Amino acid sequence: MADKVLMKGNEAIAEAAIIAGCRHYFGYPITPQTEIAAYMAKRMPKIGGCFLQAESEIAAINMVYGVASTGHRVMTSSSSPGVSLKGEGLSYLAGADLPSLIVNVQRGGPGLGGIQPSQSDYFQATKGGAHGDFHMIVLAPSSVQEMADLTVKGFELADKYRMTSMILADGTMGQMMEPVSLDYEIAEAPAKPWATTGTNMEREHNIVNSLFLAPEKLEEVNFERYERYKVIEETEAMYEEYMMDDAEICVTAFGIAARVAKNAINEARKQGIKVGLIRPITLWPFPVAPYKKAADKVKEVISVELSMGQMIEDVRLATECKVPVTLCNRAGGMIPSPEQVLEAIVKANGGAK
Amino acid sequence: MVVFDKPHALCDVPLHYCPGCTHGIVHRLVAEVMDELGIEGKTVGIAPVGCSVMAYDYFNCDMIEAAHGRAPAVATGVKRALPENIVFTYQGDGDLASIGMAETVHAAARNENITIIFINNAIYGMTGGQMAPTSLPGQVTQTSPYGRDVNHCGFPIKVCEMLSQLDGAEYLERVAVNNVKNVKAAKKAIKKAFQNQVEGKGFSLVEVVSSCPTNWGMTPKKALEWIDEKMIPYYPLGVYKDRSAKEEN
Repeated sequence: MADKVLMKGNEAIAEAAIIAGCRHYFGYPITPQTEIAAYMAKRMPKIGGCFLQAESEIAAINMVYGVASTGHRVMTSSSSPGVSLKGEGLSYLAGADLPSLIVNVQRGGPGLGGIQPSQSDYFQATKGGAHGDFHMIVLAPSSVQEMADLTVKGFELADKYRMTSMILADGTMGQMMEPVSLDYEIAEAPAKPWATTGTNMEREHNIVNSLFLAPEKLEEVNFERYERYKVIEETEAMYEEYMMDDAEICVTAFGIAARVAKNAINEARKQGIKVGLIRPITLWPFPVAPYKKAADKVKEVISVELSMGQMIEDVRLATECKVPVTLCNRAGGMIPSPEQVLEAIVKANGGAK
Repeated sequence: MVVFDKPHALCDVPLHYCPGCTHGIVHRLVAEVMDELGIEGKTVGIAPVGCSVMAYDYFNCDMIEAAHGRAPAVATGVKRALPENIVFTYQGDGDLASIGMAETVHAAARNENITIIFINNAIYGMTGGQMAPTSLPGQVTQTSPYGRDVNHCGFPIKVCEMLSQLDGAEYLERVAVNNVKNVKAAKKAIKKAFQNQVEGKGFSLVEVVSSCPTNWGMTPKKALEWIDEKMIPYYPLGVYKDRSAKEEN
């Protein structure tokens, strides 16, 4: 087993990206993700890579678009208000079928909001996040180890499906320190014959483009893209189940909220309450299967979120409204306590045993 | 004997530009320069949003279509990933001097080793003739129907003059393509802007004072005359910065 190192979540993302072969990083300072930029600024020049502080989030995402067009692995990172600015670029990346990795270390919103942890960009991340029909693969780490693992996975999926992968973390995940193993076997990236690297006068010119003025053609391109999305939905959904085998109550949460929920579940189990957890690891594609199964046997699903309730809508769709789905939340940068979640579990159980 | 031929770097397709539009001339000059420098095979071009949005279908080199105004940022990404390749953007006045001003200024400030061909025709062509950041004082457009009132919407932006204040920019020249003499000078400037990149000198921008007969509401001939009468007096032609030449002197 490889040695573990103690790292901040943000640094784990940065180092994992480098291990995955990313040699180009563009970003703009914003709390609470600036450690990624700082780490890249130190490391990239030492390994022949490029760290460039862009003049804006908009410029950064368009630099990403440029590198992605050449077929190289590339990333940017930001936090909520900055990701809104990147929205234009995310749509163009989707329209031009370019692979890239985007990190959103979320903070409270809307507007300038705050700088404390949040999950209130769930809608933005999973429902497209900008104009047009498109999705990103959205990965939700719940530990520093997963910050690294999902970064590597994100690059692989992005290349495989020619689309953007987003790491949807939060301020806690970014700032907390845990031991991490960075021992990866990196598969060779797939060939990218579409990349604009110069024709070398040996082939027709390649064009990276999202403009299709003929509606028939644009529809065709969208249909083709959604065929790919269908494959992703069928094959790439990831989740963790915790104590769900005999569960009568299901708690569901991702990221930091899932860790809080586990503590509450452990405490509830001590009180004899049969409760388990479904933790989505991919938020898009949303892992429908475990919820379908749970909907036939639990009496309530509790969605624990650091938002006013966003994932809860997908949970209701996945459970097909067969059971009540309730919200246990904090917002604005606050994190639910294990006691608050336990209280919701006890209430769902019909009071303390 | 062939006395006039299409440059190889220009695709053999009909262009969509209006009669009398000068985009065709500038496209040809860029393509001739690619041929003469032998760089087509390693060039990546960035098309803008605006009338020349479909430039990706007209140049034979690899092409990328960028979001409105973002071409210099996209070019930065390409050049950083492929430093041995030649990267150019082709942008209009709305794209470069309005929505994309930050990207333009910062690419210049970084002395990004790219070439920018900037078409200044003082109007938004693609959307049907609205006021541009370079529309002249008093100029009538769809969104300045009583003439551009500088007290209300400010003055035109002189891009070469403004960028010449930046330490980063290597080479800035304003040319026109309204007569044979000016076209020849424009070709020379465009070639220099690409040659600079080949030699690693850095950010080179050529502003091409151009015409838009359709949206200016003029015949092609009158539009070319209007460049002499109105545009060039406001946007004087010439070299605004040539850092390497200055250092050599």
